[in-house]
Amino acid sequence: MSQKIYLYPMWIRLWHALNAILIILLIISGVSMQYTNPANPFIRFDIAVTMHNISGMILTANYMIFLIGTFITPNGKYYKLSFKGLFARLIKQFTYYTFGIFKHERPPFPVTKESKFNPLQQFTYVIAMFVLVPIVIITGWALLYPEVVLTKFFSGSGIKVNDFIHVIIGFFVSFFMFVHIYFCTIGATFVSNFKSMINGFHESH
Amino acid sequence: MTSLFTPYFRKVPVAFILTFFFFSMMSITLKAQNKPKDETIKINEDCLKCHGQSKYKYNNPESGTEVTKRMYLETIINRTEFYESNHKTFKCTDCHSADYDTFPHPGRLRMESKYACIDCHGGDEAYAKFKFEDIETEFQSSVHSTKHSDDFNCWMCHNPHTYKINARSDEKIRDIVAYDNAICLNCHADITKYQMLTDKVNPNILQKHDWLPNQALHFKNVRCIECHARTNDSILVAHNIQPKAKAVRRCVECHSTNSILMASLYKYKVQEERSKAGFYNGVIMNEGYVIGANRNYYLGLISLIMFGCVAFGIAIHATLRIIKRKK
Repeated sequence: MSQKIYLYPMWIRLWHALNAILIILLIISGVSMQYTNPANPFIRFDIAVTMHNISGMILTANYMIFLIGTFITPNGKYYKLSFKGLFARLIKQFTYYTFGIFKHERPPFPVTKESKFNPLQQFTYVIAMFVLVPIVIITGWALLYPEVVLTKFFSGSGIKVNDFIHVIIGFFVSFFMFVHIYFCTIGATFVSNFKSMINGFHESH
Repeated sequence: MTSLFTPYFRKVPVAFILTFFFFSMMSITLKAQNKPKDETIKINEDCLKCHGQSKYKYNNPESGTEVTKRMYLETIINRTEFYESNHKTFKCTDCHSADYDTFPHPGRLRMESKYACIDCHGGDEAYAKFKFEDIETEFQSSVHSTKHSDDFNCWMCHNPHTYKINARSDEKIRDIVAYDNAICLNCHADITKYQMLTDKVNPNILQKHDWLPNQALHFKNVRCIECHARTNDSILVAHNIQPKAKAVRRCVECHSTNSILMASLYKYKVQEERSKAGFYNGVIMNEGYVIGANRNYYLGLISLIMFGCVAFGIAIHATLRIIKRKK
């Protein structure tokens, strides 16, 4: 019989929902701008620009809420990476996802009130939330106000370097989203993790 | 220590010195051809001693006094600008009547018809590459010609005393943009000059373009004609200025891999479809970055492969989960 733990308070659920919507809008509008095609636009360029700008601004505000929430609530403890034995734990979790899961083995790091994320989740979430997202936010704002970006960065254009970092990191965020959504289906049932996003209760295997 | 060529130059030192001397002289001669002759400068000074500054002096034979007068702004010729312009080797009287050498100038000279570009440059093999005839045809179709009388001529934009041909590959794009936009703004940002040709109120350019994101950046990096003139493959600079309604407003006209900037502002610099680093329209990137137009071919390919791998991995994993699920 499955066990339910209340893991996701209201503010995290609201932040997560808004974050998900904004990231999806940013990926769609970003890809549309990157691969503009006058004859057959995915989203009209000016609409895509406005959509990307507004979503990016709201995402920044939402990220600030996440940062403040992480520092002033117990939620922060889930993001504290312990480097000791990290690699071994990552391998263990990876082995579970690639082999153990098909043999119906028990998850090596079960979800508890003290440990919300397994090592692989924790590692990727820390990279995503404290490395990738801040980079896309900073480079995104720099593109919104290009006059503040160095006009020349070494021998090339500052805007050019800035844009590449934004696009490349944006791609990584997109990969993260794909894998993240798929892994949501790995729960007690196919939809149990999606239900958790609404009611806040995590359902264990 | 001797190099591969040392024996050759030892044998024929005279040939080497002469070759060097010949090319040096050629270079000096070519440079000299582009400079006004001292004699021309001396002759022009007869005119510029009055027309070269804001005031001039003459002796009034009636009163016997020296009179100082202000020179009309339109008739002042800046020496520095003139001797840097395309027409720098000209004598004033090459284009203006020789009768101007008398003072006061005869009144009938005011009625003297002035040369148009095509009068000198048309049908001349030396200027064939500039295609002045095509430029003239383009200009005749433009709003500058169709909406105005014959008063609107080449000189409205290209002052014959200061104009120098622009948009050359050895110049910075931003300098070219600033120079060319100043030509438009000369009238479009100056109500007095604008109303010499029309009674309309000059629209405020900043307000009219407030829909343009990053307006200041656009104004610094592209010329007015990029959006306001129809591109023409056969001439170097588009002269067919379009009515307001036909101006480019779709962002993707520039922000795409087949950016119109490649047929206009960057026409001179276009050498290849994709640069060595794999960027579409790479030539733009030397001095700017145009979202959508400057995407990297390899980056696109790598991201596509990575997306494919992620999707494939997920599909395999999901399939195995379905096959191996608990019965």
